[in-house]
Amino acid sequence: MGEVRGGCCPPMDLFRSEAMQLVQLIIPIESVHLTVSYLGDLGLLQFKDLNSEKSPFQRTYAAQIKKCGEMARKLRFFKEQMEKAGVSPSSKPVTRTDIDMDGLDLKLGELEAELVEMNANNDKLQRTYNELIEYKLVLLKAGEFFSSALSSATAQQREMESRQVGEESLDTPLLADQEISTDSSKQVKLGFLTGLVPKEKSLAFERIIFRATRGNVFIRRAAIEEPVIDPVSGEKTEKNVFVVFYSGERAKTKILKICEAFGANRYPFTEDLGKQNRMIDEVSGRVSELKTTLDSGILHRSNLLQTIGDQFVQWNSMVRKEKSIYHTLNMLSLDVTKKCLVAEGWSPVFASKQIQEALQRAAFDSNSQVGAIFQVLHTKESPPTYFRTNKFTTAFQEIVDAYGVAKYQEANPGVYTIVTFPFLFAVMFGDWGHGICLLLATLIYIIREKKLSGQKLGDITEMTFGGRYVILLMALFSIYTGLIYNEFFSVPFELFGSSAYACRDLSCRDATTEGLIKVGSTYPFGVDPVWHGTRSELPFLNSLKMKMSILLGVAQMNLGIILSYFNAVYFRNGLNIWFQFIPQMIFLNSLFGYLSLLIIVKWCTGSQADLYHVMIYMFLSPTDELGENQLFAGQKIAQQVLLLLALVSVPWMLLPKPLLLKKQHQDRHQGQSYTPLQITEESLQVEVNHDSHGHEEFEFSEVFVHQLIHTIEFVLGAVSNTASYLRLWALSLAHSELSSVFYEKVLLLAWGFNNVIILIVGIIIFIFATIGVLLVMETLSAFLHALRLHWVEFQNKFYEGDGYKFYPFSFALLSDEDD
Amino acid sequence: MYGFEALTFNIHGGYLEAIVRGHRSGLLTAADYNNLCQCETLDDIKMHLTATEYGPYLQNEPSPLHTTTIVEKCTLKLVDEYKHMLCQATEPLSIFLEYCTYGHMIDNVVLIVTGTLHERDVQELLEKCHPLGMFDSIATLAVAQNMRELYRLVLVDTPLAPYFSECITSEDLDDMNIEIMRNTLYKAYLEDFYRFCQKLGGATAEIMSDLLAFEADRRAVNITINSIGTELTRDDRRKLYSNFGLLYPYGHEELAVCEDLDQVRGVMEKYPPYQSIFSRLSYGESQLLDKAFYEEEVKRLCLSFEQQFHYAVFFAYMRLREQEIRNLMWISECVAQNQKSRVHDSVVFIF
Repeated sequence: MGEVRGGCCPPMDLFRSEAMQLVQLIIPIESVHLTVSYLGDLGLLQFKDLNSEKSPFQRTYAAQIKKCGEMARKLRFFKEQMEKAGVSPSSKPVTRTDIDMDGLDLKLGELEAELVEMNANNDKLQRTYNELIEYKLVLLKAGEFFSSALSSATAQQREMESRQVGEESLDTPLLADQEISTDSSKQVKLGFLTGLVPKEKSLAFERIIFRATRGNVFIRRAAIEEPVIDPVSGEKTEKNVFVVFYSGERAKTKILKICEAFGANRYPFTEDLGKQNRMIDEVSGRVSELKTTLDSGILHRSNLLQTIGDQFVQWNSMVRKEKSIYHTLNMLSLDVTKKCLVAEGWSPVFASKQIQEALQRAAFDSNSQVGAIFQVLHTKESPPTYFRTNKFTTAFQEIVDAYGVAKYQEANPGVYTIVTFPFLFAVMFGDWGHGICLLLATLIYIIREKKLSGQKLGDITEMTFGGRYVILLMALFSIYTGLIYNEFFSVPFELFGSSAYACRDLSCRDATTEGLIKVGSTYPFGVDPVWHGTRSELPFLNSLKMKMSILLGVAQMNLGIILSYFNAVYFRNGLNIWFQFIPQMIFLNSLFGYLSLLIIVKWCTGSQADLYHVMIYMFLSPTDELGENQLFAGQKIAQQVLLLLALVSVPWMLLPKPLLLKKQHQDRHQGQSYTPLQITEESLQVEVNHDSHGHEEFEFSEVFVHQLIHTIEFVLGAVSNTASYLRLWALSLAHSELSSVFYEKVLLLAWGFNNVIILIVGIIIFIFATIGVLLVMETLSAFLHALRLHWVEFQNKFYEGDGYKFYPFSFALLSDEDD
Repeated sequence: MYGFEALTFNIHGGYLEAIVRGHRSGLLTAADYNNLCQCETLDDIKMHLTATEYGPYLQNEPSPLHTTTIVEKCTLKLVDEYKHMLCQATEPLSIFLEYCTYGHMIDNVVLIVTGTLHERDVQELLEKCHPLGMFDSIATLAVAQNMRELYRLVLVDTPLAPYFSECITSEDLDDMNIEIMRNTLYKAYLEDFYRFCQKLGGATAEIMSDLLAFEADRRAVNITINSIGTELTRDDRRKLYSNFGLLYPYGHEELAVCEDLDQVRGVMEKYPPYQSIFSRLSYGESQLLDKAFYEEEVKRLCLSFEQQFHYAVFFAYMRLREQEIRNLMWISECVAQNQKSRVHDSVVFIF
């Protein structure tokens, strides 16, 4: 939404949501379609559903919606067909052929009929083709059986004969001989059936046949190597060729029934070898014949699909727009005269001119006699919240919205989140090496932004891509804090000049006992590299980071409370300033503000005072002398005053507000019942009436309990939230310790072996650990903690977050949400 | 009675219970039915249903559609959900889920056998079968001539085989035989299911035994009413009643000798849970009995969702969905035949 506005631009765009108005449009019925379409192009009006009590099919335009649904179904059918045929809808913009909806409907109908017919024809041909292919397979496979059976039979016979010719020995079984001879004499004619059965059913099939004929069958089967297309279903299936030999008519009918039940396709087959060969030739000839017919049919079909594909995108968007227009029209109420439709909806104030223009244009384009009427309604309803974000600010606003959409025009924490969020993240993720990795990763996204935004990405990729600018700032800030912490994959660098300290002598023997001496001026930026790896590194950094966390936390909480002041001023709520903002300010600052002050004083003066001691004994025994913990003169008096202020501010927060609210309510109630109606103030009176409706049930106990909870939450929260900011220190510590573990225990250890293979393995482990643990998991955890600090510690000071989002009727949004 | 299901149920059953409860919240509500009853054409019904969970199943149907299409698609949804749950289920639950479909299997067997007896086309019959009760060799049923063959050929492979032990005769199949076979099978099935649920123990056993007992009693009443005036002897009739349920055993003795509807009523009114059902019917009215039973069943099924950590919700959900499909079929039928005044005759509101 990068459009330029006139001079009316309010200076703080993102701080307060756009001023909204409830507008009413009265649109003559002949131009209503065009009007809504233009408004959809504009995308700045959220229609209210004026027919919510009606069910979908009772609404005015249900028939049109059905028609659109039907067209959408046809388009889905085309899409499916195109996908099957491998035709992709061309994305190139075609010359816009002017076709209206009725024309499109007709055209789609024709195309569908044509396509269905073509499919039917093709299917028929395909089916015959597949049957022939199957037949051919059966002929080949069954032919193999018969020929192999024949050869083995002749071999057997020959063997038998040779045996018979030979001397009859005693151990020749007499019976067998007899059997064979009777068999050959009787020559029972066995019937047989050949066909194909799906492989997975083949076992069951044989079992059933076996049972049905009581075992009086002989089944042979052969698997077909590659799957064949089933003529009936048209799907590729693995099949077996079978030959069943049976005797008797009853068995035949049974087997036929079973074949039918199993979907086994039977094919005629002759025993005669010559006939077989002739059949195979014939079938092959017909197959090739059919193939050419089929190919031409398929070509024809794909041509048709191609022509559909050329305009598919355009048609699809047209139908979708049309459907959404009718859905919107269904939300309008029909005027009693049935000549015009009445629409109500929210729009930003700045858009009224554009909306009016669109209305005029629509009236003109549809040759309407009368233009649409645009008027602003006054309402007590809370308007939707609308922030005009750009691609940079969107992600940050999303972070805030995930917690709760801002109440209409309340102070938006999103503005501060843009800076504070990446900063707090970086405090926990301070390492400029890791920061650079993160920066490179997100730069890839940003450089390929145009290309990637059009594509469909995976779940996680999409999320990181959406937050690319957040990650960019996070990376930049973590480079900055990394430089301050002087961490680069836990290696210290002397970037800003040399260290201020040096050993007392060359051997550096007493570095850990006596300490170092200061040789140069203080290291100009960040932590002196000499601290790295020393025994006192941790105590030093812990003290630094802990204090820094408290300073940052107190600063951010103060910002939150100050924002509540701005809210109170904006909504003209004096009570909130005097009985909420001021005591809260006093309470927080008299305790933790004072602590922050002590920290700064201690840093500046280099005092040895124990701040824990100071803070604890400020509560326990405020009258005691401070002794060596004194940081400045008059500290005792100051502490007593601050403690008193803090104690006073608690009842200050608790009591006056509910009492005053009760009084206000009573006053209003009285005023209402006793003020005589005056004609001049009628409209005002109505409004007051209106207003008091909202507050009709004033329950003092409820308000008081609410205030009590609020107060307790704030007082306890002041302590716990401050403590909560210590997570900045904890995570930062964890991050630097982890990275030093990976560096020292993996990389340096591997280096120490002086072996190339171990070194390579070590480097690989180091890289994966750095990426997996430090860059991915640590980023995630620092992100979540930063998120929490914003949602809970910062936003609970002022943010209501009970608004609802502005969701305009817009074609641009429509295309996104599909699929 | 109660084990420690709460402790371990969710290890295997938690996900699916969540799924089934999610499906349950997709059942049509009274408001939906009210809207559906106001529909003028089947397209209106389709339009309304596309706004519900049936949407994806109906939206690709070309416009002039039939009641059968609606019912078929709605059933398809149930089948898809069932298959999904069955895929995810582990041991005792998967068996439980399979048990839920045996009833349909029995119905399908009976349908095919009766159909072939009257020389209908097998393919046509197969289309009429409930998809939940399909098994591999179902089409082969048409081959069989008598019970023994039926059993030996086909059913020996199906889970129904054990139920058949009581009705293997070499008699040729006829309508009466088949009906007796159906009821014998059903009896054996219900008893087996009942035993299985008892074995599972815990809340499942408690709730399922209640639901199955109701089912058994309802079947007993139906058998009695349907066999009045046929040549079925008292002993035969007595044999068809399941050996559990509220009516077992004394109620069965009394039901077995009933000669008309009022006697049945006399028997049933002795049992408090059924008293309310019968007291709502005026004398001599048997059409509404079905609806009254359905309503009572739906009430009991809905109640089973009030407890957690048991399998009866799966049974209940499938039954409720089936009832919903029956409702939709009735509504669509009424709309299609312009009999809107009769819409409320047979619709059982679920919520």
